[in-house]
Amino acid sequence: MEARLRAVLPDHDLVRLYEQMVLSREFEESCAEQYAKGHITGFLHLYSGQEAVAAGATAALHKDDYILSAYREHAQALVRGAEPKRVMSELFGKATGMCKGKGGSMHLFSAELNFMGGYAIVGGQLPIACGLAFSSRYRQEDRITACFFGDGAVNQGTFHESLNWARLWELPVLFICENNFYGIGTEVHRSSALPTVHKRTCGYDIPSEKVDGMDVLAVFKAVKYAAEKVRESGRPYFIEALTYRFRGHSMADPAKYRSAAEHEVWKARDPIPNYARRLLAEGIATEAQLAAIRDRCVALVAEAVSFAEASPWPAADEVWEDIYV
Amino acid sequence: MSEMTYRDALNLALREELRRDPSVVVWGEDVALYEGSFKVTRGLLAEFGEERIRDTPISENTIVGVAIGAAMGGLRPVAELMTVNFALLAMDQIVNHMAKIRSMFGGQASLPLVVRMPGGGGSQLAAQHSQSLESYFMHCPGIRVAYPATPADAKGLLKTAIRDPNPVIFLEHELLYNSKGEVPDDPEFTVPFGRAGILRAGTDVTIVAYARMAVLALQAAEALEKEAGISCEVVDLRTLNPLDAETFVASARKTGRAVVVEECWRSAGLGGDLAHRIHEACFDSLRAPVRRVAGLDVPMPYSRELEKLCIPQVESIAVAVRDVMTASV
Ligand SMILES: Cc1ncc(C[n+]2csc(CCOP(=O)(O)OP(=O)(O)O)c2C)c(N)n1
Ligand SMILES: [Mg+2]
Repeated sequence: MEARLRAVLPDHDLVRLYEQMVLSREFEESCAEQYAKGHITGFLHLYSGQEAVAAGATAALHKDDYILSAYREHAQALVRGAEPKRVMSELFGKATGMCKGKGGSMHLFSAELNFMGGYAIVGGQLPIACGLAFSSRYRQEDRITACFFGDGAVNQGTFHESLNWARLWELPVLFICENNFYGIGTEVHRSSALPTVHKRTCGYDIPSEKVDGMDVLAVFKAVKYAAEKVRESGRPYFIEALTYRFRGHSMADPAKYRSAAEHEVWKARDPIPNYARRLLAEGIATEAQLAAIRDRCVALVAEAVSFAEASPWPAADEVWEDIYV
Repeated sequence: MSEMTYRDALNLALREELRRDPSVVVWGEDVALYEGSFKVTRGLLAEFGEERIRDTPISENTIVGVAIGAAMGGLRPVAELMTVNFALLAMDQIVNHMAKIRSMFGGQASLPLVVRMPGGGGSQLAAQHSQSLESYFMHCPGIRVAYPATPADAKGLLKTAIRDPNPVIFLEHELLYNSKGEVPDDPEFTVPFGRAGILRAGTDVTIVAYARMAVLALQAAEALEKEAGISCEVVDLRTLNPLDAETFVASARKTGRAVVVEECWRSAGLGGDLAHRIHEACFDSLRAPVRRVAGLDVPMPYSRELEKLCIPQVESIAVAVRDVMTASV
């Protein structure tokens, strides 16, 4: 029996979670179109299917908390408050992009939003998250660091080094593994001796929990609890969110290694329509209100595309800028 | 001025900067309780305490990564890697992260951190503990690279490195730790990056070198003056990035002859780049092709008699200088 939504958050915030998931989905689907048109180039990894993780987790964090992620991070930046048009123009490689067109899809960043970056070396962001957490503790700031990464990262040295380090130095880091069951085309069972990721943390004496990553409220509750633990204890905590990406690893991947049946099972668990049903069932929103939200998101994304299209390319002399202070 | 060793000069630089700026923190394997495997961090734990002077696990990549994050969060970490050889385990954080973060995030982050690493050969530590990897770091844009030759520069460059807003690879030569020299006492004494030093003025040949190679070049220059009346100008690069090409190019233009000395392997070593810069900038004024003296392209053997063949020596530098004196274009 699912918990009643109203017991967790006020109506306004519940609706906002829906809006953020819809915005994320619309944004990603629009990226796919823009990629097909050749407006977005390079690597493009879409988040469709995983929206409940970014939306639920980010809502459970404070604005001051640092967030880091991997390269599938558009939604994490958007739900943190990044303007869709600045994200889209970054993907287009335009001067108005949030990183001036120098980062692209995999390297979004906003100092202002404490969104400390998307990183494209699998596992590379974990040590950096520990360092940010150390700086917060050293400066006696009331802030924790949330670090997202995929199931593929858990076999990297940095994963083990960082978990050990975070516990040893008592750092306020919340590790969030988005287990979508695949690292490119390799299923977790084919890469990990212990595929239940959250069980690995016992080797580092870090408490951990598994959560349904297709349920935005479940993610919210788990991350809220974990973030409070981290804030109170100053120690790390670990969450494994079980989720699924509806598209291939990147635009180059037709995902032939997954069966249609498996895909259907997860499609039926799509976090957006399922959550909409619950909002309606509890009378938190009406069909008309949800439709209006969807329209607003579609318009916002369309506006982002027009903005990106109309934006100028970076000037040639920008190539020498921002390397050294 | 006080006479002190290269090691003590580095220690003093750390101490002064830790006193001056509470955001400076020091960590690495065995740097706190054990006071550093080369004792550069001696006494720091006692003076500055456990929160600022920290031992770490043997996790080189994460030592650098945590320093990167701490720098992004507003601290000025000075991380020590026990030796440059182990920096190879940290190349992901150094090259893929430290050198890239500012640029790929459009200038929104700055990384004021220093990664110190002792290195170089000559102590019979065999293949895995004798490497000179300066060319690896110099090759990569986005990081500064300093490598002092003298105790005064050790102090002044390390202080500049700690105050610099960019990430700095700070190389220290293991065979120079006990070398002595006069070091300014002024806690505001620093040595700017990107300005080569002229260790000795001369008129016949320019020798371009850095770190221990600059010390050997100076010895070779003194012997050549005495024995053959050859007047060498010795240029010490001090920092490999930024590179002060202007100074050594001007010197080579003046003398018309140049020898470039590097401790690293010859193939694709930094000396090839330096020599090319001289050829390109002063082709018309050169009276002989630029000579390179470099490490042999072999994994370092252990035996003393073999090891010394692999690292440039005073004699091999002198031979190269005599060569450029007799060769002509
Ligand atoms: C160090 C490193 N090795 C390999 C790659 C190539 N690569 C990119 S994504 C990926 C799979 C990662 O899977 P996971 O962590 O589960 O993230 P997901 O793509 O599922 O979000 C691989 C192997 C890389 N980027 N970095
Ligand atoms: Mg995965």
